[in-house]
Amino acid sequence: MTLRISREFVNAILEQSRSEYPNECCGVILGPEGSDLPQELKLMANAAQSPTFYEFDSKALLALYREIDDNSQELVVVYHSHTETQAYPSRTDISYASEPNAHYVIVSTRKEIAPENEFRSYRIIDGAVTEEEVEIIST
Amino acid sequence: MSLPKIEVRIPTILRPYTNNQKIVSVEALTLADLVSELEKNYSGLGERLLENGELRRFINIYINDEDVRFIGSLTATLQAGDSVTILPAVAGGC
Repeated sequence: MTLRISREFVNAILEQSRSEYPNECCGVILGPEGSDLPQELKLMANAAQSPTFYEFDSKALLALYREIDDNSQELVVVYHSHTETQAYPSRTDISYASEPNAHYVIVSTRKEIAPENEFRSYRIIDGAVTEEEVEIIST
Repeated sequence: MSLPKIEVRIPTILRPYTNNQKIVSVEALTLADLVSELEKNYSGLGERLLENGELRRFINIYINDEDVRFIGSLTATLQAGDSVTILPAVAGGC
């Protein structure tokens, strides 16, 4: 599996991770159902406002799923940042991962790798993590 | 008196329990009844919503537009025409 994503979205997510630091940032990229094409970036607020946890606000989550349903879309990418650790799914990330069709993207803002933030993508299915390639497309 | 019939929207991750149906309907007066009806009709589904008799932390359930955690959780009451939506929380962290 490979995640193909535009340079514009990658930059926007990295920018969001820096601007919300020291908290984790989060969001999704929507695409047509079954297409696997990340087309519509949606920055979400981290309701937990924490450097070690993120959670979509419950009302925002419901609104998001209704929009997806109405437009026959799906969550192609679900992303968040790790502030001081590597961009690899934590035990918490794995236990919460519940979209078997989504690419789970994690970026890291840890200082030793700044300003070239890590940007990595995974499939997380039934607790099993598989890293995948990220192909960045210039637009 | 017949019980109110409630439409329940099932998230992708739980559709294996409902033969991939996105929407199922059950009759229930409270959310607790609804969860046990779901378990009765779709074995294993109710269990996925509960942990030690409480709603699981990482599952969100809404009655119409309201997160049930703010309206009594399992004791929340249902009326004919209500729509229940089950969504996995989108959350995590290092």
